[in-house]
Amino acid sequence: MAKHHVSATVNGDAVEFLCESEQTLLDCLRDELDLTGAKEGCSSGDCGACSVMVDGRLVCSCLVLGVEASGKSIETIEGLSDGEKLHPLQQKFLEHAALQCGICTPGFLVASKALLEKHPNPTETEIRYWLAGNLCRCTGYDKIIRAVIDAAAEMRGA
Amino acid sequence: MRYEAPDTIDAAVKLLAGEAGLARVLAGGTDLLVQMRSDVVSPDLVVDIKKISELRQVKEEAGGFRVGAAVTGAELKEHAKLPKAWPGLVEAANLIGSTQVQGRATMGGNLCNGSPAADSVPGLIAAGATATLVGPNGRRDLKVEDIMLAPRKLALTKGEIVASFLLPARPARSSDAYLRFIPRTEMDIAVVGCGVSLTLDPSGTCTAARVSLGAVAARPLLVEDAAKAIIGTKLNHAALAKLEAAARAACKPIDDKRGTVEFRIDVAGVLARRAALIAQERARKA
Ligand SMILES: Cc1cc2nc3c(=O)[nH]c(=O)nc-3n(C[C@H](O)[C@H](O)[C@H](O)COP(=O)(O)OP(=O)(O)OC[C@H]3O[C@@H](n4cnc5c(N)ncnc54)[C@H](O)[C@@H]3O)c2cc1C
Ligand code: FES
Ligand code: FES
Repeated sequence: MAKHHVSATVNGDAVEFLCESEQTLLDCLRDELDLTGAKEGCSSGDCGACSVMVDGRLVCSCLVLGVEASGKSIETIEGLSDGEKLHPLQQKFLEHAALQCGICTPGFLVASKALLEKHPNPTETEIRYWLAGNLCRCTGYDKIIRAVIDAAAEMRGA
Repeated sequence: MRYEAPDTIDAAVKLLAGEAGLARVLAGGTDLLVQMRSDVVSPDLVVDIKKISELRQVKEEAGGFRVGAAVTGAELKEHAKLPKAWPGLVEAANLIGSTQVQGRATMGGNLCNGSPAADSVPGLIAAGATATLVGPNGRRDLKVEDIMLAPRKLALTKGEIVASFLLPARPARSSDAYLRFIPRTEMDIAVVGCGVSLTLDPSGTCTAARVSLGAVAARPLLVEDAAKAIIGTKLNHAALAKLEAAARAACKPIDDKRGTVEFRIDVAGVLARRAALIAQERARKA
């Protein structure tokens, strides 16, 4: 079976790649486009380490086929910082020590950014529910939640 | 595996009906991709239905709503009118998975995956929803409670797709609610789920009701005796006691690590009562 030729936009840049029907978007990002920021934790939608945005919607890229990306706009962790300048969420994750091994971090950052775009001033409960699909085996979550609250405040200019 | 993404239902049906090997519809993929990854299913053909506009819309129709089978949970929640008109159904659909899963998961997929614990299915059954199916022999309508027959077994014939759900028009002072029991607060499969939809008259007497239970039998159940227990009442103690008893009597649950038979039966009564009271409270204001 011929491979699919997929054209999409990733972090604002036009990209093209070839993929098999079975390959997930996560596989394509990591193996075809060398964007290894999105992680494979479980491949079953449970851990959120593979979180990306597809046409403005937060999804698990392990549960999307690569061919489905055709014509879509994808945003990944690689597009979060502005060159060398870290996004406020990245800065606050560092300041609050909201990561240890770091496997879950790209997913948490992408998911948190999606939250703050929709709700600039979320309550702690809203943050915890929004991030319920992102698992972390190291931090115990509390530092992550503090970092998101702090980043939200900074981004509101508070 | 072949991947196709047609933009009409007829083309999708033709592809599915014409495939000699194993064919699968792809909606949000939150069940299908997990099953493919773990080799539970290895389709020869996957037909992505998300480019078919009829399946992706919510439209007002005959005083009610027609919801495309491939509309995601996140889109249901963001709709201008649905969350107010059918709060129970929208909350049931929004209990499915995480924010990420919500961005993809559909009610069509939830139903057609054929799990007795699917959260939006009791919501649809309580709502009195009718599914419109399209297959090689044309269109037909089936009540949602008649679609899932047993775990992974559906009333759909080869090549048939669920195109949409019609949520019927209903009078003022109508509303619904869905509750599920899980051991955690998020990201778990229902041990018991219960949807209740009801209508009150101006004096507060319940004039119509539908009660549906999930995860307590081989398929989601429409429990007519539970509805009868509250119709004609103001949901006083005696009526609620009857409702609980009827909900419990309908259960034929399995015993597993999530809950014992006794526990599931007991919880079914509790959830039925609580969901009925929430629906009543909402209906008073609707
Ligand atoms: C992390 C995680 C958590 C989850 N939590 C829950 C939960 O709390 N509650 C719950 O109920 N479910 C849960 N699920 C299961 C799943 O998300 C839901 O069942 C979802 O609604 C499936 O919809 P989908 O569009 O992704 O279906 P898909 O995976 O695309 O399809 C599911 C099945 O239905 C068939 N199908 C899909 N659409 C149609 C159609 N229109 N016509 C005919 N056949 C069709 C497909 O061929 C496939 O066999 C969870 C899944 C994950 C990964
Ligand atoms: S790798 Fe996608 S959710 Fe875990
Ligand atoms: S920092 Fe290790 S999993 Fe979160």
